Amino acid sequence: MKRIGLIVNPIAGIGGRVGLKGSDGAETLRLALELGAVPEALQRGTSSLLPLSSMGHAMELLTFPLEMGETSARDAGFTPTVIGEIRAGATTAEDTSRAARQMSALGVDLLLFAGGDGTARDIWRAVRPQFPCLGIPAGVKIHSAVYATNPRHAGELAEMFLEGRARLREAEVVDLDEDAYRAGNVSTRLYGYLSVPYRALLLQNQKAPSPASEALQTAAIGAAVVEAMQPGVLYILGPGTTTRAIARQMDVPKTLVGVDVVCDGNLVAQDVNQSQLLTMIETAPAKIVVTPIGGQGFLFGRGNQQIGPEVIRRVGRENIIVVSTSDKLNALRAQPLLVDTGSPDVDAMLAGYFTVITGFAERTVYRVAS
Amino acid sequence: MKPGVTGKQRPPRPVAKKPTLRRFHQARWDEPVIFELSVAGQRGVLPPEPESAIIEAVGDPAGDLPEGLRRKSAPALPELSQLHVLRHYARMSQENLGVDLNIDIGQGTCTMKYSPKVNDQLARSPKLSELHPLQPVSSVQGILEVMCRLEGILKEISGMERVTLQPGAGSSAIYCNISMIRAYHEAHGDGQYRDEVITTIFSHPSNAAAAKVAGYKVITLYPNADGYPDVDALASAVSERTAALLITNPEDTGIFNPRIEEFVRIVHEAGGLCSYDQANANGILGITRARDAGFDVCHFNLHKTFSTPHGCGGPGAGACGVTGEIVPFLPTPTVEFDGASYYLDFNRPQSIGKIRPGYGVAQNLLRAYAWVMSLGADGLREVAETAVLNNNYLLTRVLEIRGVSAPYAKGKRRIEQVRYSWERLANDTGVHTEEIGFRAADFGTHYWTSHHPFVVPEPMTLEPTESYSKEDLDEYVAILKHIAEEAYADPETVHSAPHNSTVHKTDQESFDDPDAWAVTWRAYRRKVLRDT
Repeated sequence: MKRIGLIVNPIAGIGGRVGLKGSDGAETLRLALELGAVPEALQRGTSSLLPLSSMGHAMELLTFPLEMGETSARDAGFTPTVIGEIRAGATTAEDTSRAARQMSALGVDLLLFAGGDGTARDIWRAVRPQFPCLGIPAGVKIHSAVYATNPRHAGELAEMFLEGRARLREAEVVDLDEDAYRAGNVSTRLYGYLSVPYRALLLQNQKAPSPASEALQTAAIGAAVVEAMQPGVLYILGPGTTTRAIARQMDVPKTLVGVDVVCDGNLVAQDVNQSQLLTMIETAPAKIVVTPIGGQGFLFGRGNQQIGPEVIRRVGRENIIVVSTSDKLNALRAQPLLVDTGSPDVDAMLAGYFTVITGFAERTVYRVAS
Repeated sequence: MKPGVTGKQRPPRPVAKKPTLRRFHQARWDEPVIFELSVAGQRGVLPPEPESAIIEAVGDPAGDLPEGLRRKSAPALPELSQLHVLRHYARMSQENLGVDLNIDIGQGTCTMKYSPKVNDQLARSPKLSELHPLQPVSSVQGILEVMCRLEGILKEISGMERVTLQPGAGSSAIYCNISMIRAYHEAHGDGQYRDEVITTIFSHPSNAAAAKVAGYKVITLYPNADGYPDVDALASAVSERTAALLITNPEDTGIFNPRIEEFVRIVHEAGGLCSYDQANANGILGITRARDAGFDVCHFNLHKTFSTPHGCGGPGAGACGVTGEIVPFLPTPTVEFDGASYYLDFNRPQSIGKIRPGYGVAQNLLRAYAWVMSLGADGLREVAETAVLNNNYLLTRVLEIRGVSAPYAKGKRRIEQVRYSWERLANDTGVHTEEIGFRAADFGTHYWTSHHPFVVPEPMTLEPTESYSKEDLDEYVAILKHIAEEAYADPETVHSAPHNSTVHKTDQESFDDPDAWAVTWRAYRRKVLRDT
C-alpha cells in the first residue's frame, strides 16, 4: 500500500488575480479577499489527484482538514485519512510547515503540496532534504523548480514515482523577498533544495534523462572546469548543484546555496558575502563560476546576490565561467539568460554572448539579454 | 411453396462499408525467441558423409584445418528444421509495421522513401552479391565502373572536386570528413591549436558526436526565433582555435538558413573549414550545391536521399565530397580510370587511411546509381520539388489540427520536413506526443519520437518525401486529426494505446539503462532468465 500526503495552501495564488504580487502575509490576504479574490488552490489540488484515482484502493491518502487538502481529496473522489487540526479560513504558513512535519513523521512515500514559492519554502523548512516532495503549481510566483508544469502533470508524475517509473532529483526552492517585491524591488534568494520526482517529459518537456545521466553531465562539467583551473587564481563558486560538481571533482566541500571560494585545489572560504569577496579579490586574481538558476535562467541577481555588481566589475567579464547542463538551457526555450545585478552598467557589460560549459569538451554560446 | 423460398432471386447482402480510417490489427503469435525453440538434434540440412572413395583420396576433409581454428565444442546455436526457421521468421514479420506496409512519413529526418524493388533485384544479382572486395581488380571492372560513374554524378550534384564512396553510413561519412579536416590542418601546421568544432543544436547530432570522437571540443549554437543561429552567436564562437563548422542546412526543423554563405565566410576568415551535412539532401537536389555555398567538404547518406534502403532494410552507405584542397586527404583507395581500365589507387601519402574495410558498400552504391540513372538530372530536381511541395501541403493540413504547432519561423514555409509540437494538446489534455505516436499504430501507421536533442517540447517530425501521394498525406492527416480530437474527448483511449499491436507498451526508462538491455541470447539468459 502506497501512502501519499497532500497539503494545500488554500490561499496560494489568491493575490494574483486581483493584481497583488503574491499572497504572503496576513495584510495581503485581507486585501486580496476584500478585492474579491477566490481561492483556486483547492481546485488545483483536486486536478492533480485525478490521474491518481486509478490507483484507488492501492493507495492511502493522508491530508490535513478541510481547505488544506481534505476538500480537494474528496472532490477528486478519495476518502482521505485526515490528520491535524486547523482554524478554517485562517490558515497560515506555520500550518503548512506543521502539516509537512507531521506527514514526514508519519511516513508518506510522496508529499504533494499545492502552492507557490512561499509554500515550497514552508515545506523546505519542515522536511529533510531527501524527503520526496512534489509541488502542484497554484501560487502567484512559481520560480522554484520543485513544481510540475501544471496540476495534471503533478499527478502523472506522482503516479509514475509511486510505480517506480520516475526517480528523484534535487530541485531549487527559490523565493522573492515579497515586501521588497511589492515595493517594486525584485530580489530573490535560493533557499535550498527539495527532492522531487523527475521525468523531464512532464517537468520540462524533454526526453527523460535518467538521474544517472544528469549526474554524469554535471560531473563532466566539473571535470572540465577543474582541468582548466590556473594556479594562484581564486575561483568564486556560485550556488547550485552544477557548481557543487566542481567542488566534488576537487574533493572539497561546497555549500549548496552559498558562494564558496577555492584556490589551488583547496577550499579558501565558505558561504561568503559581497564584502568578503571584495576583500579577497583585492590581492589575488579571481574568476567567477556561475550556473543559471533552474527554470528562470537568471545568471546573476537571483539566488547569488553575494556576487554583487562590484565583484563582477572587478573580476571582469572575461573571467566569468558559465556552466550549465544542456537540459537546463534547453528548458529556457531559446529565451536568453537574464541578469539583474542592481547595477545597470554591470548588467550592460554582461549582455551578449557567453561561452557556456555544458560538458567535457562541450560548450555552447548563449546570449545574456540586454 | 416451402418457407424461405420465393420465386424471386434474393437481393445481394449489403457489403459493410469500409471505415473512414483503416483499422490495423497486428498479428500476435506469442513467438518465443528462436533459441527457445531449439530441439536438440533437429537439423535444417543433413550434409551426407563423404563417400569412401573421397576419404581415400583426400583423407578427413576437416583434417587440413589448423588446430587453432578448430572448435573445442559445438557452437551454442539453436537447432531447428528449415520449416521451423521459416515459420518463426514469417511470424515475426507479421508482428511488425514495416516500411512497405505503412505511410512512413513519421520518421522525420530519416528521409523514408520508396526503394524500387528492381534496384534490389540488381543488388541481389549473383554478379554483385558473389563479389569479394579482395578479388583482383581486373575481375571487378563492372562495379568499379559503377563507382566511378556514381562519383561523377555526386560531383555534379555537390559541385565538389572528388567524392569518396567508402563510408559505410552517415556517421561514418561525417567522421571521414572531420578526419580529413584534421589532416588538412595538420598538413598546414595548424593542427595543434585548432581544437574546436562548431555545430548547431538542430544539425544532425552525429556532427557533434563525430567531432568528439575525433578529439575536438564541440561548441553548439542555439537558434533564434527564426529557427537558425544569429550571425553574432557564430562570430562569438569563432576564433583561431576553430577547426571547422559542421552544419546541416536545412536543419532538422526543415528551416533553411538563408545566411549560410555569411556563416561560411566568417569561419573561413578565421581559418576554419566548413562541412555541409547533406545526409538528407532531399529538399535541395539540383537546387543548391555545397560547393556553390562555399563549403569545403560535404556528405550524402545514400540510404536517405538516394533511396537505398534504411536500417533493417539494408546497410547504409555514405559519400563524402571534397574540394581540390582536401583531395590529398581522401581515404584509400580511390577508384581511378586510366583510359583503358579501372584501378584502385593506394599510393596516397597524405590520405587519412581507411574509414572502413573495402571500398564502399557495393550493393548500395549500385542501388543509388540505378536510382539516379532512372531519374536523370531533371528527375532529381523534380524529387526535391515534389518533396518540398508535399511537405508544405502537409504543414498546412497538420496546422489545421487542434493542439499542434510548428515552432520557429512562424508563418513561413519549410523545406523538406517540419518539427511540430503537441505542447498545447499536452497541456490541454494530458496526452503526450509519444502516446499519439502509439495510437497512430491502431490505424496502421506511426511516428517516432526520437528527436535528440529535446529542445522542441512534445515533438513530432514529419518528412513526406516525393514517394507519398496526396491521398497518402490526407490519410495520415486524417489519422492525426482523429487522434487529436480523441485526446480532447476521450484521452483514456489515447493513453492506453496501442490497442491492436503485438506489444502494447515498453518501459522507456529501461532504454536509457544499459543494465536492463539484453540484446543477445546470452545477455537475455543472464539478465532476464537469471540462468547462469
